[in-house]
Amino acid sequence: QTITTNTDSFSPASKPAHEIFGLAIFALAITGGIFVVVAAAMFYAVIRYRRRKDDDGSEPPQIFGSVQIEIAWTVIPIIIVVVLFLTSARLIFAIKDAPRPKSALNITVVGHQFWWEIRYPGLGIITANEIHVPVSTKADPQPTYIKLLSADVVHSFWVPQLAGKTDAIPNHVNETWIEPTHTGIYKGQCSQFCGAEHAKMLLRVYVDTPAQFEAWVKQQQQPAVEDPAVAAGREVFMHNACMNCHEIRGTEATGRFGPDLTHVASRDTLASGSVMNNPANLRQWIENPDYFKPGVLMPAMHLSSQQLDQVTAYLDTLH
Amino acid sequence: MHNPAEEKEWRLPSRGLAAMVSLIIGETALFSIFVVAYVFYMGKSISGPQPSQVLELPIFMTICLWSSSLTIVLAERAIEHGKMKVFSLFWGLTILLGAIFLGGTAMEWHKLIYHDGLTISTNLFGTTFYSLVGLHASHVIVGLIMLLIVFFFSLTGRLQPKHAYQIKTLALYWHFVDAVWVVVFTVVYLVGR
Amino acid sequence: MADQTLPIGGALDVTPHDEAQKGTFLEWLHGWVITVDHKRLGILYVTFALFFLLVAGLEALAIRVQLAMPNNHFVSPELYNRLFTMHGTTMIFLVGMPILFGFANYIVPLQIGARDMAFPRLNAFSFWLTAFGGLLLYWSFVGGFGLFGAGTAPDVGWFAYAPLTERAFSIGHAMDYWAVALIISGWGTLGTAINIVATTVSMRCKGMTLMRMPLFTWLMLVVSALTLVTITPLTAAQIMLMIDRYLGGHFFDTQAGGSAVVWMHFFWIFGHPEVYVLALPAFGIASEIIPVFSRKAIFGYPAMVAASAGIGFVSLGVWAHHMFTVGMNGPTTAFFVLSTMLVGIPTGIKIFNWTATLIGGKIWFATPMLFCLGFLIQFLIAGLTGIMLACAPWDWQLHNSYFVVAHFHYVLVGGIVFNIFAAIYYWFPKATGKMLSETLGKWHFWLFLLGFHLTFDTMHIPGILGMPRHIYTYEADRGWGVYNFIETIGAFVQAIAVLIFVYNIVISLMKGQDAGSDPWDAWTLEWAVPSPPPSYNFVVDPVVNSRRPLWDLKHPEDPDWKYE
Ligand code: HEA
Ligand code: HEA
Ligand code: HEC
Ligand code: CUA
Ligand SMILES: [Cu+2]
Repeated sequence: QTITTNTDSFSPASKPAHEIFGLAIFALAITGGIFVVVAAAMFYAVIRYRRRKDDDGSEPPQIFGSVQIEIAWTVIPIIIVVVLFLTSARLIFAIKDAPRPKSALNITVVGHQFWWEIRYPGLGIITANEIHVPVSTKADPQPTYIKLLSADVVHSFWVPQLAGKTDAIPNHVNETWIEPTHTGIYKGQCSQFCGAEHAKMLLRVYVDTPAQFEAWVKQQQQPAVEDPAVAAGREVFMHNACMNCHEIRGTEATGRFGPDLTHVASRDTLASGSVMNNPANLRQWIENPDYFKPGVLMPAMHLSSQQLDQVTAYLDTLH
Repeated sequence: MHNPAEEKEWRLPSRGLAAMVSLIIGETALFSIFVVAYVFYMGKSISGPQPSQVLELPIFMTICLWSSSLTIVLAERAIEHGKMKVFSLFWGLTILLGAIFLGGTAMEWHKLIYHDGLTISTNLFGTTFYSLVGLHASHVIVGLIMLLIVFFFSLTGRLQPKHAYQIKTLALYWHFVDAVWVVVFTVVYLVGR
Repeated sequence: MADQTLPIGGALDVTPHDEAQKGTFLEWLHGWVITVDHKRLGILYVTFALFFLLVAGLEALAIRVQLAMPNNHFVSPELYNRLFTMHGTTMIFLVGMPILFGFANYIVPLQIGARDMAFPRLNAFSFWLTAFGGLLLYWSFVGGFGLFGAGTAPDVGWFAYAPLTERAFSIGHAMDYWAVALIISGWGTLGTAINIVATTVSMRCKGMTLMRMPLFTWLMLVVSALTLVTITPLTAAQIMLMIDRYLGGHFFDTQAGGSAVVWMHFFWIFGHPEVYVLALPAFGIASEIIPVFSRKAIFGYPAMVAASAGIGFVSLGVWAHHMFTVGMNGPTTAFFVLSTMLVGIPTGIKIFNWTATLIGGKIWFATPMLFCLGFLIQFLIAGLTGIMLACAPWDWQLHNSYFVVAHFHYVLVGGIVFNIFAAIYYWFPKATGKMLSETLGKWHFWLFLLGFHLTFDTMHIPGILGMPRHIYTYEADRGWGVYNFIETIGAFVQAIAVLIFVYNIVISLMKGQDAGSDPWDAWTLEWAVPSPPPSYNFVVDPVVNSRRPLWDLKHPEDPDWKYE
């Protein structure tokens, strides 16, 4: 899978983003045209009518205006505005009222200060920060409908190559959709200021082939791996506050404040894309979350070095 | 030199009037936001009490407030005709009516708080109700203070018929306060109940 | 122009008035504190605002240093959030509005031939309220949590979206400083707006009909009327916020059924017209300077007046273009697309009329004119990027990205700050009797132009590349680094230009060339009185017959009133 290193809204890879790109080019062309004409007039005026060296000091003829000209430069912009408005309006309705096929995948994304909770209600999956969706092809259209909620303040869901952004607002349900046409990993991030770590509230969308997606679903639906080799780490987790904030399905940890960790090891990144998920980073994260994300809402738990090793080893088995 | 302007008479609106009208426009915008908030949150409280359970129509105090608009007009007339005694009478009456209105609000709030247990933090209804009615009441208070100052001057004889214009400007504010009550009354007690 | 031939008041006055007030430093200071003279208050406003321009500019520099490179650690996340909040809030409330109202204070009474504002004492009171609000806001750096923490300035963005501002998410007093300071300075603004309306309505000299008012005064009348219905909704919303925070109200408490979207509506009902409150006086400045330095009457005066009123009016109905992403339904979105784009029409009329004023003139490239010409072309671009944002589906991509930041700095800096500088170069001689140095002025202009374009032209690109605003850092692999680095360099070039400007003011105050009453050979009444004007402005109440009273006097053979 290719990780796109940019988040260029001008290289769309999904349905609404494509159409928006088209509108952008159209609007750029029109405003560019206006710019060229008006700027040319300005430059002409400034250069042609500059005061010359040999000026005699007399005043130029005084012209007070012209009604015809005023009407002309009122009417032409009106026409342009109407054109731009109609084009925009068409696309607004096309995107907002797009027909929703039965095959569509439904997911729910809940913004939290500073991470994303991701639920697949039909599939019984709960995960965080990394969304998996199937690619959509002509033969098998697979749009994904995303219901947006917030647990605390206003966030905004934005993956530029897939779609424009939509806010996640508490006490207010929003919806958006994507229909990606190319597999790959697409980055995005929260784009409504939501507090100290707004900058590190990143987001990834994995657009999988149908087979990959199915495999991923199967794996996520399993309860957490129980590996006796890391029982010590499990003990640490269950006897500290970790379990009050995190859920690990199949164990007594049922906290809902932080991300679900049932399959944490299957994720590529930690803490909403702040760092790559490897044992060293994981250990550092648990030791002091502020190290990667100052201001994060997970406290440092002051575990001993040995406990840290144990809990890291435990979490690392949760594929 | 020929000065075409010099021939014409030059009159402009008074600055007091211009300022009062401006102030009223600004205040209208302020109240609009509170009214919109009230209307928007109508019926959105997640817990009780609801307006229909606790609000009663404040008919008497409303009549008082609105009649004070009438008495203040009579006072304006009086000062225009130089009848200072009559002026003081109607001016005092206006203040009295305004004060009754305030007293009515106080009693209403007392009942709501101690009897119905509705405070500003109880639910959305409480929040929007006390804010909107309170904002209006605070304007009545400010209005009353200004009326009282004038009353004081008229009793001490410092107020002259030549001040009729200032009195008119001040009365405009009082009319505005009354007019706001029309909106508040409609929204809170008629539509919202 | 020999003053003595002008039968307009002030010409008779020969005593340079400041001479009369020599005294100790304390007496001098006392004089400024108790003053109710509109000219002195105007100068106070402008000085106050220029000071805060440096402060907020310094904050901008810190922001730029932090963003110059990916994963930079110049400031902490918390401090970064405070910096952009304070930068935005300061620039809008403590720089933009006070400086423009300061110009209005100084210029409007002179332009309409009045001796002072309608309510001089209210005027002074309003200024001190604004000043107090500003100081209170900045006290949050010291105060905040109390003196225990290192101080807490507001850190929620200048639009302070709820519920982040509620008690549950913003403990401490940062939000209280923000709300209370702005409520107080808002009252000051309201007072000044009322004053300006009353002044323009009631204090015009004989013959100054509404359709003869200079355009700057006209624009200030429109702005003040707009302010009346603009600043009050913000005050209302802030009062609600304080009710939530202190009395346990639920206006924006989403746990108890309150709505975050309602705050957004209330804020932008204020916030959008607010940007026109800043833009319109800048238009007024351009409408004074461009004709004088083109040596031609303004083209299409009635159209200019109508367009200004039109902009003011339409701008009241476009606010939700800041909220295209909150999930409004299709028809509402379409409505706000249309209303927003409609503003382009009267604005276009203004741009075209300014350009037409240039045509056929003899353009004199003095510093004020240079800044105005910069404004003209930059405002065109800024307006067009505004139109791009108004295409709602595209805004779903651009919203809260650096493209928006680029758009509004293009208007606010490229448009308004350029015109503020133009106005200072233009009216400084009137207010002080000294010319600002033209050489330094040109350095200032060209460097600021260069810095401006380095910073803000570049800024559009990361926006399109998906860079959100309000982020204190970003990953290296996004490809935003280069652009951000160039922007930072540009910001420092701007800073050098601003320092030259400050130096220019200081040096010119000390040994600038004498200005005389009418250095630009201009046409409105303020140039008929000595520089600086005596405290009563006009010895004899002036009488005017046209829009350009001084033109009539200078050209008795071809006076304007023949054509009006
Ligand atoms: C003085 C300040 C100022 C001014 C004058 C403007 C002017 C305009 N602005 Fe801007 N704007 C801001 C300051 C300003 N803005 C600020 C501060 C923000 C961000 C706030 C925040 O989020 O923090 C913002 C944000 C903003 C947004 C929201 C972006 C977002 O957050 O998603 C939008 C969207 O529509 C917008 C549009 C416009 C438009 C259409 C104009 C129009 O008025 C422009 C009109 C001018 C022209 C169009 C050019 C001249 C006309 C012609 C040459 C005629 C021919 C043209 C046509 C027919 C189109 N602005
Ligand atoms: C009139 C308004 C105005 C002006 C003039 C400016 C001017 C500048 N602004 Fe700002 N800006 C805003 C209004 C304005 N801004 C607003 C409203 C926001 C949004 C805030 C928010 O989202 O909450 C914003 C946000 C904003 C951001 C986005 C922050 C973020 O979202 O994370 C950035 C980033 O680059 C920025 C940069 C700049 C720069 C480089 C300048 C430069 O043009 C500044 C040039 C001036 C100087 C450099 C001053 C020079 C000073 C000295 C030389 C120091 C000397 C001092 C002493 C001796 C005391 N501004
Ligand atoms: C007070 C609540 C709280 C406690 C206690 C807590 N966490 Fe967390 N945890 C969070 C929150 C909130 C996040 C999300 C942080 C973010 O990304 O902004 C998080 C994130 C994580 C992550 C990264 C998950 C991911 O997918 O990115 C791991 C791993 C983790 N916590 C492990 C632990 C462990 C181990 C403990 C106990 C030693 C613990 N947490 C205790 C709240 C808590
Ligand atoms: Cu979540 Cu910004
Ligand atoms: Cu706007």
